[in-house]
Amino acid sequence: MNAPVSTAKLHDCRDAFAATLEKLAENDETIVAVCNDSVGSSKLGGFKSKFPDRLVNVGIAEQNMVGVGAGLANGGRLAFVCGASPFLTGRALEQIKADISYSNANVKLVGISSGMAYGELGPTHHSIEDFAWTRALPNLPVIAPCDRIETAAAVEWAASYDGPCFLRLSRVGVPDLLPANHKFELGKANLLRDGSDVTLIANGTLTHRMMKAAEILAGQGISARVLNLATVRPIDEEAIIAAAHETGAIVTAEEHTIFGGLGSAVAEVIVEHAPIPMKRLGVPGVFAPTGSAEFLLDEFGMRPASIAEAAVTVIKRK
Amino acid sequence: MEPTELERIARQIRLRDLQAVYEAGAGHIGGEMSVIDILTALYFRVLRVWPDQPKHPERDRFVLSKGHTACALYVTLAKRGFIPEEEISTFLQPHSRLNGHPNNNKVPGVETNTGPLGHGLPVAVGMAKAAKLSGAKYHTYVITGDGEMQEGSNWEAIMAAAQFGLDNLTLVIDHNRFQQGAALADTNDLAPLRPKLEAFGWEVTEINGNAMSEVVPALEHRSSRPHCIVAHTNKGHGISFMQDRVDWHHKVPSKEQYDLAVAELSEAI
Ligand SMILES: Cc1ncc(C[n+]2csc(CCOP(=O)(O)OP(=O)(O)O)c2C)c(N)n1
Ligand SMILES: [Mg+2]
Repeated sequence: MNAPVSTAKLHDCRDAFAATLEKLAENDETIVAVCNDSVGSSKLGGFKSKFPDRLVNVGIAEQNMVGVGAGLANGGRLAFVCGASPFLTGRALEQIKADISYSNANVKLVGISSGMAYGELGPTHHSIEDFAWTRALPNLPVIAPCDRIETAAAVEWAASYDGPCFLRLSRVGVPDLLPANHKFELGKANLLRDGSDVTLIANGTLTHRMMKAAEILAGQGISARVLNLATVRPIDEEAIIAAAHETGAIVTAEEHTIFGGLGSAVAEVIVEHAPIPMKRLGVPGVFAPTGSAEFLLDEFGMRPASIAEAAVTVIKRK
Repeated sequence: MEPTELERIARQIRLRDLQAVYEAGAGHIGGEMSVIDILTALYFRVLRVWPDQPKHPERDRFVLSKGHTACALYVTLAKRGFIPEEEISTFLQPHSRLNGHPNNNKVPGVETNTGPLGHGLPVAVGMAKAAKLSGAKYHTYVITGDGEMQEGSNWEAIMAAAQFGLDNLTLVIDHNRFQQGAALADTNDLAPLRPKLEAFGWEVTEINGNAMSEVVPALEHRSSRPHCIVAHTNKGHGISFMQDRVDWHHKVPSKEQYDLAVAELSEAI
């Protein structure tokens, strides 16, 4: 029923996150990991066995977890606060606002299994509002890497950055897209494929679907640009405005509700600086039915072929 | 219904739950096996409910706050006639109304949606308070996991229930001593639970939560204060190789393990 979107080898970005964190922690003894009974799901087992004293498991208590992270930062620790994204961001949103972003605590929030990674576990476990919630907060870079290379680079960047940030990770396998030596730059989109008829913008688990869609479009004689926009805030206005001027149409896709996420962020730039036809793909403001993450992305019109169709429609509106 | 008959039903529910998790390739079998005796006692003896009128205003309210054990609730609801028994085979299938956590908009008998831990008890306090305000005679029951009790929202609700004098509320804590990744004792140990609840003004009963003869009277007990049953249970109860093993929080049995578990549970029937 669901043909695999990619035939390339797929990787769970949590592994790159965990390996990078362990590597950094070997050279920086201030690094601690904070979690909520999520050692397994956050892939912190290796960290725990290497640095048992630096794994702070508060139990099933997300508000406490984020507050404790802020206190650890105050005491000079470099805290990576890791938990399933729906509970980390949803349950502890006020702690994230008051203790982390407003208090400028040097805490790295790591939302695991974001989007619809928990598929069949249902809407309570889907984290398709987290861009909207976190993007509304000042002083909190919001980053959703598209592959294991960008994940590792973003974790390294986060450790060196003096201030809070939110890394939004998935567990759904994605192929390698960026070059092995990729360096993460906050607020910079990556041009993965150039084109002149339309620009496809995505991040996280959707970027590789956009690449497939661009291939399909190429087969129809349509030249699609693909931008990987890992940083949702601060957003790369320059790349978006250039895409608007140079290609005249934009399609966004995200594993998130279309209300307030990546598509909304791009639309805000477009409306103010370069109004052109645009289509936002994502979860259309509903609670998802039962199904796996891949199934649901297909259901919600984010199969590469459906993305290509959306692109054709938006190009016609030019 | 007598305890021996209830035990027989509980075993049937265990078997159907096991099969559903095995066939779906996912589920939370450990916490399902620990809670099934309590669910059985509630639905087949204690709760005043009418499967053909799931919204009957006088129905007793029940909230499974540890929503990750939804499959056990679905099987129990099906056996009690709220949903067709055949529907259990759709558990986790695309577009099934039986997803990994109960959905009250789709599944009759489900009162409120749970899944994020620490939600059921505050909602149950509201249900019990509403009965006080309206004079309704229904009783409200809620089951939480023991790991779940680490969520601060529960303790806010516990304080409120005592303050509101909710003698129409029973909280059952499924005290199986394990959470997702480890034992409670190695994570954030809440034991002993009794003095904590008593200090907050609740009456507390401690029982073997896998022994029907203790479960039924505890659930039927009425108190002048909010009542907490600390149900000492075994995670994975009834299946020897799952019992008290943390990895069975959400592991799925292999074919051999499944056959072995079926044999063990069938022997008991
Ligand atoms: C707010 C929240 N945080 C984390 C989780 C992930 N989670 C699901 S089950 C579970 C462990 C629950 O342990 P316990 O309450 O003891 O349940 P039981 O042993 O009965 O399965 C965790 C951490 C969740 N569902 N909700
Ligand atoms: Mg438990």
